[in-house]
Amino acid sequence: MKNIKFFLIGILFGIVMSKAEIISWYRIYEMFKFQSFHMYGIIGSAVLIGMVSMFLFRKKVVKTFEGNEIHIPPKKKGLYRNLLGGTLFGLGWALAGACPGPMFVLVGKEVVSILVVIFGATLGAFLYGLLKDKIPH
Amino acid sequence: MDFILQPWAWYVAGPVIAIIMFLLFFYGERFGVSSNLETLCSIGGAGKFSNYFKIDWKQNKWNLMFVAGAITGGFIAANWLTINDTVALNPQTVKDLAEIGIKNAGATYLPDEIFSVETMISVKGFFILLVAGLMVGFGARWAGGCTSGHAITGLSNLEIPSLISVIGFFIGGLTMTWIILPLLF
Repeated sequence: MKNIKFFLIGILFGIVMSKAEIISWYRIYEMFKFQSFHMYGIIGSAVLIGMVSMFLFRKKVVKTFEGNEIHIPPKKKGLYRNLLGGTLFGLGWALAGACPGPMFVLVGKEVVSILVVIFGATLGAFLYGLLKDKIPH
Repeated sequence: MDFILQPWAWYVAGPVIAIIMFLLFFYGERFGVSSNLETLCSIGGAGKFSNYFKIDWKQNKWNLMFVAGAITGGFIAANWLTINDTVALNPQTVKDLAEIGIKNAGATYLPDEIFSVETMISVKGFFILLVAGLMVGFGARWAGGCTSGHAITGLSNLEIPSLISVIGFFIGGLTMTWIILPLLF
């Protein structure tokens, strides 16, 4: 079971999402109302430390556990894709108060209604797959 | 041990998330939760409808294991690591929410007006949950990533597409929070 390590990292993810209240609908609302530093502090500090990681990867100071260089596949370019897709995502994020990670963590918190949101999100990904050649990227 | 049972501050959570991203790269993968939604579609047979889903989903097994861990972590945190479910919100936030029809803000993690079982089985409540999910899923795949892939990983890697996506996240989030939510309840 070489995937067990991802399960363990996932557990850490679920715990930090819960304990820092990132899975709370209210924390997302508060963020978009600019009434708390909490979420900005979390994302900001993660990104700052993340930049150091990326630097170490790029300089080949840190390699994978198998000794391979770490190449970060770049995100796809496209103004419409990123701006329109991002805006639609943001509308859903603020309404559900959860992005995809927290949605799954809330299943562990035994919130039954989040299953409707996850069903919707999966259906949304499916509809994107059907319509992707008809929408601007 | 008491500090574990208390809510974790931003300066604990942010670095832990950075460590999670680091570990995923170290083990040869990339942090990104929303691609699992596509994997679920592929497993469910969506390849019959669109070539987009004709992928070898087994190569994404690691990410499904990550999600299984996230669910387990949520269960562990809720049952053994949390003594108090209240969220210490800005009093102004609580007042603003009361004005738009969401009572007792911060008494638990989630508002009953959206997430209670009674709301879920009402037509309007079900529709809100479903549409919220639809927008997240469609938007994340259109943009090519969600908060983990774009806001955390992409911004760390100084990627312009991720910056544009995060600007989009805020255009959508601010529109929902300031204009649409007050009309919903």
